[in-house]
Amino acid sequence: MAKGQMESGIVAGRLPAETIERNFGDLHPPLAPHEAAVAADRCYFCYDAPCVTACPTTIDIPLFIRQIQTGHPEGAARTILEQNILGGMCARVCPTETLCEEACVREAAEGRPVEIGRLQRYATDSAMAADVHPFSRAAPTGRTIAVVGAGPAGLSCAHRLAMLGHDVVIHESRGKPGGLNEFGIAAYKSTQNFAEAEVDWLLRIGGITIETGSALGEGITLDGLQDSYDAVFLSIGLAGVNALKAPGADKNGVRDAVDFVADLRQAGDLSALPVGRDVVVIGGGMTAVDAAVQARLLGAQNVTIAYRRDRDAMGASRYEQDLAASKGVRILTNVQPVAVHGNGTVREIELEYTTSEDGRLVATGETLRLKADQVFRAIGQTLSGAPGGLAQGGGKIAVTGPGRTSVKGVWAGGDCASGGDDLTVTAVAEGRDAAMDIHASLRAG
Amino acid sequence: MADLTTNFLGIASPNPFWLASAPPTDKEYNVRRAFEAGWGGVVWKTLGEEGPPVVNVNGPRYGVIHGADRRLLGLNNIELITDRPLQTNLEEIARVKADYPDRALIVSIMVPCEESAWKAILPRVAETGADGIELNFGCPHGMSERGMGSAVGQVPEYIEMVTRWCKQYYDKPVIVKLTPNITDIRYPARAAHNGGADAVSLINTVSSITSVNLDTMSPEPSIDGKGSHGGYCGPAVKPIAMNMVAEIARDPETRGLPISGIGGVTTWRDAAEFMALGCGNVQVCTAAMTYGFRVVEEMKAGLSRWMDDKGYTRTSDFVGQAVPNVTDWQYLNLNYVAKAKIDQDACIKCGRCYAACEDTSHQAISMSPDRVFEVIDAECVACNLCVDVCPVEDCISMVPMRPGEVDPRTGKVVQADYANWTMHPNNPAARAAE
Repeated sequence: MAKGQMESGIVAGRLPAETIERNFGDLHPPLAPHEAAVAADRCYFCYDAPCVTACPTTIDIPLFIRQIQTGHPEGAARTILEQNILGGMCARVCPTETLCEEACVREAAEGRPVEIGRLQRYATDSAMAADVHPFSRAAPTGRTIAVVGAGPAGLSCAHRLAMLGHDVVIHESRGKPGGLNEFGIAAYKSTQNFAEAEVDWLLRIGGITIETGSALGEGITLDGLQDSYDAVFLSIGLAGVNALKAPGADKNGVRDAVDFVADLRQAGDLSALPVGRDVVVIGGGMTAVDAAVQARLLGAQNVTIAYRRDRDAMGASRYEQDLAASKGVRILTNVQPVAVHGNGTVREIELEYTTSEDGRLVATGETLRLKADQVFRAIGQTLSGAPGGLAQGGGKIAVTGPGRTSVKGVWAGGDCASGGDDLTVTAVAEGRDAAMDIHASLRAG
Repeated sequence: MADLTTNFLGIASPNPFWLASAPPTDKEYNVRRAFEAGWGGVVWKTLGEEGPPVVNVNGPRYGVIHGADRRLLGLNNIELITDRPLQTNLEEIARVKADYPDRALIVSIMVPCEESAWKAILPRVAETGADGIELNFGCPHGMSERGMGSAVGQVPEYIEMVTRWCKQYYDKPVIVKLTPNITDIRYPARAAHNGGADAVSLINTVSSITSVNLDTMSPEPSIDGKGSHGGYCGPAVKPIAMNMVAEIARDPETRGLPISGIGGVTTWRDAAEFMALGCGNVQVCTAAMTYGFRVVEEMKAGLSRWMDDKGYTRTSDFVGQAVPNVTDWQYLNLNYVAKAKIDQDACIKCGRCYAACEDTSHQAISMSPDRVFEVIDAECVACNLCVDVCPVEDCISMVPMRPGEVDPRTGKVVQADYANWTMHPNNPAARAAE
């Protein structure tokens, strides 16, 4: 029996199971063939199209849309996948509203861009449904490359290297591959185990071995990898989480949003997943929105995102903010946490108003308290476990050009590497480009 | 409020929108519905001679060309003339005409090219009280293989001969419906005129294959794996039809011959364009077959509103007004110089004008790194392609240069006077005349 939304504390079953199932259905249902044809027809086939420029993986968007329009979605998928082997996931999770669709000339003209993301999904879903892997490997080179981390950057790098004829061993610290695609994305953006299915499909290129439970510092070292392999690509992500520096932050009920998001993705039965009645999420990025929205979808009665700067400074796009608002999440801006109250378990969070003076955040001294039986920290992730000896910059592994680190023979990409937004699509581009550079360097050397 | 009443060949109808001879006018039920919906007239689906009725295929009769969102742009058919008994049709025609005396009711006829065949059917048609007849010399499929339809329309001598018979054995107006499947529409029109036709109507359908099924390798519509050419109609054929109408309207030998315009009329604007080119009325088929009879409401309301805006009180005020402006290429003013101009505020920076001009035309549009597209006057020949491919209406326009200005492309001063090819120094004929 559902406990209802009024039950205090962190409990499961706040909503009937069928309501939860409905809540976690596909955020954007796939386009039907006729819908896709009509949506594709809106593309103007721009010259040197702005959407392509805006895409971190430089997919030839007008071409793939034209291929959909002419009844060849699998050809469209190939156009996409040649540039972005995780085009299926990117179609689901890319913030298209700040990338290709923002650049679409129809956005400028009508405020209604071509639905590039949904069309990309239509194409890539068609290819996945056809159950063929469209790429094949070049003649074996006899070289083997180590990739550390099986997230988007690592998978992208590995696939490209395998295509070029190299063998690849991916060392993954978790129990299964996928990285943030598998553990870090809201469940309603990747339904029906899509992330896992996509990895399986990607691996069908052949030549890629994944060793799970294998992490730097725990069994493997960079030196060891350099000795054993012809090159190393590091895509270890940002495993650390910023701490909440407020008195009482260690009370029960306070946890990392990334863990909550991962639990949601790995849960077999969402209705068994506990959530608070009054939930407060500290932070303003995508993870904050993912946690807050999903808390609501699980049945939390009151969910508040508390962010220390203003709306425009939020890492989450305006679209994501609106999504949160539409699900009943309250977004409080210009507030920062100063204390977590409660007797061992969180009962309230105390926030202080802030203002911006010359770009500097200043606390005003005025505070407010919010009822909270669950608090999620979503105040950013940090590089953790990076091997010593590699130059860092801005808290990340410093890279130049296509992912070259300060150490010869070692490349890095994805969130752990400097430069680029921390997006799946950016990670894919970085992995691909590093693979091309590794290939070139191995051929030269 | 404009008066839409038309008087075509002395046949009054409350508006210039008639349904063409086709499936929508094959029987009493449909025609009554059409009149109730407000159509001004109907040309009854073509009657054949007495005897066993024709048979139709028992598979698909229509093929289609779709635009975006399955908008029907072109339709082709392999249906024959009416497959119902002659007597049934005649009785229905008489009943409908009696009940709708204010509407035009024309009977389309197609019988063999024998005087006896026409002599036999015409009195029976006359008995129905219908307002006139239309001779189907146009259908390009099926019946043409039997020496009728377009097989007649492609031989001016036959047109003239049959028209003459009809004028001899029938007292009311005779309209000759022409096929576009010829090289020069003026010859069949002149033949009809010489035979005494009261009017011509055009175009009938264009011989066509709409598509090929790439799995079965059969043309569509496919009848048990085979296809036959059909007759193409709908919005796609309108430009072809309007040119043929204009050719007849301005031909000295047929000038003044009434024309009923047919070919892709879908909106009031299409009708107004046909009528401006000299048609006394228009006939519609595909639009009704696509959307139902109710489309006539928009046609009537739109035409009426446009006439009010322009100050036309009756359709005869604007019929033929565009004919004097249809001329031969050789008489076009070569001193008229225009340049494309891009409205930067309206431009959405898609770059289609650039791609079209750079790849396929005159390299007369520049593109800056921040996607500002500008016309290079020194290269622009004013071809209009950029205007045509631009997705934003009125973003690019063709601006005429003023006399006295220097065309940066040619370095020549724009002249105020008119000069055409017949006067041009590069024209050998012009030089020979000097």
